[in-house]
Amino acid sequence: MLQDKRIFNRERQDKLLFAAIWSAAAITILFLLWVVWHILSNGLAHVSWEFITGAYTRIGEASGIWAMIVSTVYMVGLSLAIAAPIGIMTAIYLTEYAAPGSKVVKTIRFCTESLAGIPSIVYGLFGMTFFVTTLGLGFSILSGSLTLAMLILPVIIRTTEEALLAVPMSYREGGYALGSSKIYTIYRLILPSALPGIVTSIILSTGRVIGESAPVFLTAGMVTQIPESVLDSGRTLTVHLYKLTQELFTQHEWDQAYATATVLIVLVLLLNMTTKLIATHMNKH
Amino acid sequence: MVGVISVATIGWFVFQEGLPAFKEAGIVNLVLGREWLPPALYGIFPMIVSTLISTAGAVVIGVPIAILTAVFLAELAPKWLADIVRPAVELLAGIPSVVYGFFGLVIIVPAIETLFNIPAGNTILAGIIVLAIMILPTVITISETSLRALPPVYKEGALALGASHIYSIFKVLVPAARSGIFTGVALGIARAIGETMAIIMVMGNAPAMPGSILEPARTLTANIAMEMSYATGIHSSALYSTGIVLLVFIVLLNASLLYLNRTRSY
Repeated sequence: MLQDKRIFNRERQDKLLFAAIWSAAAITILFLLWVVWHILSNGLAHVSWEFITGAYTRIGEASGIWAMIVSTVYMVGLSLAIAAPIGIMTAIYLTEYAAPGSKVVKTIRFCTESLAGIPSIVYGLFGMTFFVTTLGLGFSILSGSLTLAMLILPVIIRTTEEALLAVPMSYREGGYALGSSKIYTIYRLILPSALPGIVTSIILSTGRVIGESAPVFLTAGMVTQIPESVLDSGRTLTVHLYKLTQELFTQHEWDQAYATATVLIVLVLLLNMTTKLIATHMNKH
Repeated sequence: MVGVISVATIGWFVFQEGLPAFKEAGIVNLVLGREWLPPALYGIFPMIVSTLISTAGAVVIGVPIAILTAVFLAELAPKWLADIVRPAVELLAGIPSVVYGFFGLVIIVPAIETLFNIPAGNTILAGIIVLAIMILPTVITISETSLRALPPVYKEGALALGASHIYSIFKVLVPAARSGIFTGVALGIARAIGETMAIIMVMGNAPAMPGSILEPARTLTANIAMEMSYATGIHSSALYSTGIVLLVFIVLLNASLLYLNRTRSY
C-alpha cells in the first residue's frame, strides 16, 4: 500500500517536473518572439530608404539615421583595427610561444579574465577620464573606439586562442619537418587553418561594439552629424535609440524609435547568420 | 608581446584611476550615506540597495526558467526543436541592451501601471523583469554546455538502477553539472549588476531609498552613466567611487564562485 503510494507520487512528481521544463522552454521562446515581433511589426513599416540614408534634425521631420550608421561603422572599424591585431598576436603568443602554466601566461589569463568581468560602464568611466580628458582626445570616435577596443580584447583573445588550439599538432610538426621556421609555419599553416575561428571572434566583437551604449555616449558623445574625422564626436545607433526614447511624444518620434530598434535587430540577425554560415563551412572541411 | 603590455596596463589603469577617488570622498560616508545630493552629499547606499534588489529579483525569476530551458535543450528536446531553440537563444543574447530597454519602456512599464494601478510604471519591478529576460541566454548557454559535458555513464547508471528519466535529470545530472551551472548563474548575476542603459530606461532613476519594488530607483551603474558627462571635482570622484563599489561586487561574486567550485569539487 505504502509502496504504491510512493510510486504514484513519484510519477506525479515526474509529470510536474516534465511540465515545468517544457513551460520554461516555452517562456524563453515566447519572450524572444514577443520582443522581436513587437519591434519588427511596429518598426518595419517605417524603415525606408530615406530613413536609412537621410539626415537627422532634432526639430522637424527629418529623421534619417545615416549619420548614426556612419558613426557605428567607424566605431566598429576602428575598434577592430586597434583590438584585433593586439588580441590575435596575444593569442598566438599564448598558444605557440609561451610555456604553458608559466607566470606570464597566468598573468595574461588573470588580466583578460578580470577585463571580461568589468561592467561596461566602468570602461566608460575610465575612457572618459583617460582618453577624453587626460589624453585630450575629446568626445570623439577615437576615444570611443579605444575604450571599446579594451572591452572586446578579452573576447578576441579567448576565441582566437581556442581556434589556434584546435589546429592539430601534426600541422606544426609537418611544417618543421619540411624545414620551415616557426614564424613561417605559424603564418602559412596554422593561421590559415584557424581563420574561420578568428573570423568568428571578429564577428562576435562586431556585435559587442554595435550593442554597447553606456561606454559609447560617455566617450564618443552624441552629436548627430556625420563625423568627418576620427576626432569628431559621433552618435552610434544604440545611443540614438536611447536618446529617442527620452522624448517619445509624437507618433513620428515613436515610429523613429521603432524603426531604429528594427535596424538594430536586423543587424544582429545578419551577424548571427554569418557566424552560423562560417560554422557550417568549418564543419564541412 | 604587444598584448602582454596593453592588457596589463589596462587592468592596472582601471584600478589606479579609481582608488584615489575612493579615499578622497571618505569610505564610510560614501558607502553608508543615505542621501545623494551633489554637490553636498554623496551617499550611495540607496544605489547599493537598489542594485542588490533588482539583481536578486532578476535571479529569482530568470534563473529557474533558464536552468529548466537548459535541461530541455540538453535532455528533452528532439534534435530538430533544439536546433531551432538554440539559435533563438543566441539571438536573445545578441540583442543590444537599449532594445531591451525600449521594449521594457513600451510594454512592461505600461503593463505595471495598469496592473498595480500606479501613476508611473518606471519601477524596480520593471527593472527586474527586463534584467530577468536579459540574463536568460547567459545562464542557458553555460548550463546547457555543462550538462552536455557530463559523461554518459551518469545517466546510463541512473537509468539502469530503475530511476525515471526526469528523476535522473534532477537527482544525478543537474547536481553533477552544478559547478558549470553556478558559473552560468554567476555570469548572469554579473550581467545584471553591470547592465546600465536598459535600467536607466525603465527604472525611474530616483536616487532615493526605495520603499518597495513598486517604487522608482537608481542603480550604481545608472548613477555613473547619468551624471558622469557633467560631473566635475568631488562629484566626479564620487562617481568613480560608485564604480569601485561596483567592481567590489564583481570581485566578491567571482571569489564566492571560486570558493563554491572549490568546496564542491570533491
